[in-house]
Amino acid sequence: MERIPILKLGEFLLVSIQIDMHDRLAISLQDDLTGKIVATGAKGVLIDISGLDIVDSFIGRMLGNIAGMSRILDAATVLVGMQPSVAITLVELGLSLPGIRTALNIDKGMELLRQSLEEQWDSPGVINKPD
Amino acid sequence: MSILRNSVSHRPGSPVDQQLEDDARTFLSGLRRAVAGGNFTDLSRPEWQSVMEFLTNLSRRRVEDGFTPSETAMFVFSFKQPLFERIAKEFANDARGFADETWRATVLIDRLGLETTSAFVKGREEIIRRQQQELLEISTPVVRLWEGILALPLIGTLDSARTQIVMQNLLEAIVSHGAAIAIIDITGVATVDTLVAQHLLKTVAAARLMGADCIISGIRPQIAQTIIHLGVDLADVMTKATLADAFQIALRKIGNGAVAVKRSQPA
Amino acid sequence: MLSTSQTSLAIASQEDVVFVRQAVRKAAVEAGFTLVDQTKLVTAASELARNTFVHGGGGTVLIEHVEEGARNGLRLTFTDQGPGIPDIERALKDGYTSGNGLGLGLGGAKRLSNEFSIWSEPAKGTRVTITRWKS
Repeated sequence: MERIPILKLGEFLLVSIQIDMHDRLAISLQDDLTGKIVATGAKGVLIDISGLDIVDSFIGRMLGNIAGMSRILDAATVLVGMQPSVAITLVELGLSLPGIRTALNIDKGMELLRQSLEEQWDSPGVINKPD
Repeated sequence: MSILRNSVSHRPGSPVDQQLEDDARTFLSGLRRAVAGGNFTDLSRPEWQSVMEFLTNLSRRRVEDGFTPSETAMFVFSFKQPLFERIAKEFANDARGFADETWRATVLIDRLGLETTSAFVKGREEIIRRQQQELLEISTPVVRLWEGILALPLIGTLDSARTQIVMQNLLEAIVSHGAAIAIIDITGVATVDTLVAQHLLKTVAAARLMGADCIISGIRPQIAQTIIHLGVDLADVMTKATLADAFQIALRKIGNGAVAVKRSQPA
Repeated sequence: MLSTSQTSLAIASQEDVVFVRQAVRKAAVEAGFTLVDQTKLVTAASELARNTFVHGGGGTVLIEHVEEGARNGLRLTFTDQGPGIPDIERALKDGYTSGNGLGLGLGGAKRLSNEFSIWSEPAKGTRVTITRWKS
């Protein structure tokens, strides 16, 4: 069965969804990602949806699940590349993708991930990272 | 036909040429076919369709050739003379019949002549609609204020359709410029109704989903009042009095080591 | 309303759901919809096609180009002979945000369409029709 490739970029994982997924494929992506986060100890996941021309409630739930599971596994998730018409439709649908961070593109997404890692260090109770 | 040719060639203001004669022949034969079934009054019926189409095309063609709509209508009206002469011959001894037939003919020709005028008007309306569209596209430019900061100064009256197009353009611009912040300035907007306010809010929400942020600036007191009255909730949206204020905030946000961590609002 | 073309597709697998999305996208492009309107229609179709397969046990979708007066649009009718929806009102309310509940996406499909109608009878089946007009 086809699988969506997951790339390792330093301490982050990058998934680029280029095809119109059926539900089974979406679920296997969920599983693959969680497995990979554990296997690589990745601190962040970047999901590139610039190739998706629709995001319906199922995909929305899948993205939410990925974000939730990643958080439990101590990794941050950032969604990048949402197309304007998809964003407009999601707003109309009433779907807000709660708890998911978004960025315009992969570069900004990486920035966001790096920032959130730094912020972790600055949280109270953690030894301050030397400058 | 010769009567027609004579009347056509003697009509003031129109050149006698092959096109005119062709048009006259086509019209006449179309007319003859259409009335064959005896229907002189209901021009929406199928037997009249080819005549109506011919008149619409004729109108368009003559506009392009530089004729006024009146001249085109006159072309149709000129068919009355030969028609009446023919009727006069047929009903030479029947004054009543002559009157009735003439009336029928004149009503029909009048309506056909007016058809060319209404085709002309429709053509004009189409041009106006197209120009409005083009104007729309030119008049709502997205301005790049700074690296990563876009501004959309809205001017004039916002209607629902226009607002939707404008907002889509803004979102596309955010993607193509890679902008972190978009400032929607409504200083130049006269009034805002519920639909427009909702479109604005939806745009802000969509921009956030995509990973950018919006600031609405230039809300004048009257508009602020309207928004409160409409019960529209701007709680989630940052608003500033002037474009300059919004720009300052935006710069600060950008300057703070790239984009601040943005979390979508929980459902 | 005049129906000027009809295409019927079977929804019997997950792959069919994807196929329906693509077919609706193609029809929407043909109908001359703007990109945003296409997206709304295809998203609504995706929800309903999935429902037909997952909850309805499989069924069909009828894609029609329609005309009414001066306007033209697309009408989609999803039919199945499944268990039916016991409480339509509630299903419409739960719509998208019900999480793992029924998650029928019905409410969502309704919000994304200009016209929406639904018929459902327990043990008989369900038929949902949505229409979007070209603006």
